[in-house]
Amino acid sequence: MAFIPHTEADVAEMLAAIGVASIDQLFDEIPASLRVRSLAGIPDALNEMQIGKLMSARAETDGRPLCFIGAGAYEHHIPAAVWAVATRGEFYSAYTPYQAEASQGTLQVIYEYQTMIASLTGMEVANASLYDGASALAEACLMAVRANRKSKAQRVLVPRCVHPHYRKVASAAAGNQAVRFEEVPYSAAEGRTLASTLARFEGQDITALVIQQPNFFGVLEEVDALTNWARERNILVIAVVNPTSLALLKPPGEWGAGGADIVVGEGQPLGVPLCSGGPYFGFMTTRMTHVRQMPGRLVGRTVDTSGRDGFTLTLQAREQHIRRARATSNICTNQGLLVTAATIYMSLMGPQGLLRVAQASHARASELVAALTRVPGVRNVFPSPYFHESVVALDRPVAPVLQRLADRGILAGFDLTEHYPELGHALLVCATETKTSAEIERYANALGDVMKAARAA
Amino acid sequence: MSQVPADLQYTKSHEWVRKLDDGTVEIGITDHAQHALGDLVFAEVPDKGRVLAAGEACAVVESVKAASDVYCPVAGEVTAANPELARTPELINQDAFGRGWLLRLKPAGGAAGALLSATEYEALLRAEGS
Repeated sequence: MAFIPHTEADVAEMLAAIGVASIDQLFDEIPASLRVRSLAGIPDALNEMQIGKLMSARAETDGRPLCFIGAGAYEHHIPAAVWAVATRGEFYSAYTPYQAEASQGTLQVIYEYQTMIASLTGMEVANASLYDGASALAEACLMAVRANRKSKAQRVLVPRCVHPHYRKVASAAAGNQAVRFEEVPYSAAEGRTLASTLARFEGQDITALVIQQPNFFGVLEEVDALTNWARERNILVIAVVNPTSLALLKPPGEWGAGGADIVVGEGQPLGVPLCSGGPYFGFMTTRMTHVRQMPGRLVGRTVDTSGRDGFTLTLQAREQHIRRARATSNICTNQGLLVTAATIYMSLMGPQGLLRVAQASHARASELVAALTRVPGVRNVFPSPYFHESVVALDRPVAPVLQRLADRGILAGFDLTEHYPELGHALLVCATETKTSAEIERYANALGDVMKAARAA
Repeated sequence: MSQVPADLQYTKSHEWVRKLDDGTVEIGITDHAQHALGDLVFAEVPDKGRVLAAGEACAVVESVKAASDVYCPVAGEVTAANPELARTPELINQDAFGRGWLLRLKPAGGAAGALLSATEYEALLRAEGS
């Protein structure tokens, strides 16, 4: 459908119909003292040519480095067809398709997306997406508080090995709504959360437990044991997962005896480029028993008056335009374009293609860890199984080493010193299917040179 | 004009209250309220044992076009929630004052608050133009 704004003539006709002289008059009820008249500090508008130059100049500062940073955003090969199709005029809007009669194609794409994500996570129902992985976790915590009516405490247990940015966003967004977050330490030997650590919460009123798989260190958690511990105590399980990894690992719907209750994650690995950090999209799935507590839009399949298949937004009565202040969230489908790309990516890859991406990523990451730990002064930190990233430790501060490698065009990993000072000089490294053996060797050799030079200095 | 049974008490927010023989009270939404909401598709009722204050949002009724909070007419502890509503929320449309009840509670005692008689509630509906 065409998204063309109304013309001046349309506006004049609409104002005449309601007997109002100007659009400004519609805002008369806002007192003059509250209106901002000048936009000092906001730069002048740029035209398309000017904005093109500005964006090119900024993009050039990124250069074309060889990237071994994961930490929540992952470089994967994106088939050219993904964005060729996603940017077709029929799809090229992020706007929520409220008008079912004019948006059947867009609604069907979202419906197919929901079906694929629900299937990938092993859950019953998905929403039409959220802003990103971190905000999806915040929404999941709020949803768990609404859904777990046996718990009064609004307490959510969050392991320390959950992505630090996710933890920060969740506590910023949900903390002001009286959700209390408590950190669960990880095993220093294994780099993962042990069910035995949870014993300290025995007998307490806990609303939900967050489990990230793989966790921020790339390590695989003992998801069955953790899920069972929570479910046996009426604690809801919120899974945070990497969608690529699910081609290889057990989906959260099958964790333990009963599976997770709410599954969220970052959708970027599914066909969305790194793009200097965004926009990305978040996904969320759950069981049908919790569907009315799920935030955001949801597309359903139905039949029209002639019995033909059709698609429409459904379960909207809980949402902001109807429930106002008591709505479950103010989330819309702003990330629709990215969801379209992800749907096309998943369609092109299929289960077999995604499995091959996951297997190749794991193989490359293993090769990377082996190559780096052969460098003198570098050791592996956790002996646990991992997916496509892992923690290595250097015998000297990480930041200067990363700088030297960046000077050679290599982004060598994510420095863990700030978020996990207890790990010493620790570095989180990642390799996906995009890295060749030659590139891994180039990184290992460069690291060897830099470490040798640093020792000599 | 909607039905307004004479033996019940009412609130301005369109809930009804029935005193039961065992000293508990039964609570639902009025025929006028169900009619205004349209076909009901979901009702969220409170758990047994929950202690409610008068005027507290205690249930949510959701129709094809709207979702509304139900406010508790009297303070008390929930003794039962209508188990049939999970599968058949349309009972509220079909029999708002009978099988469509939402919850029962044991009143906390004290002032009964500003409940309306059937006559007063009818006057309210007339004033609202129904």
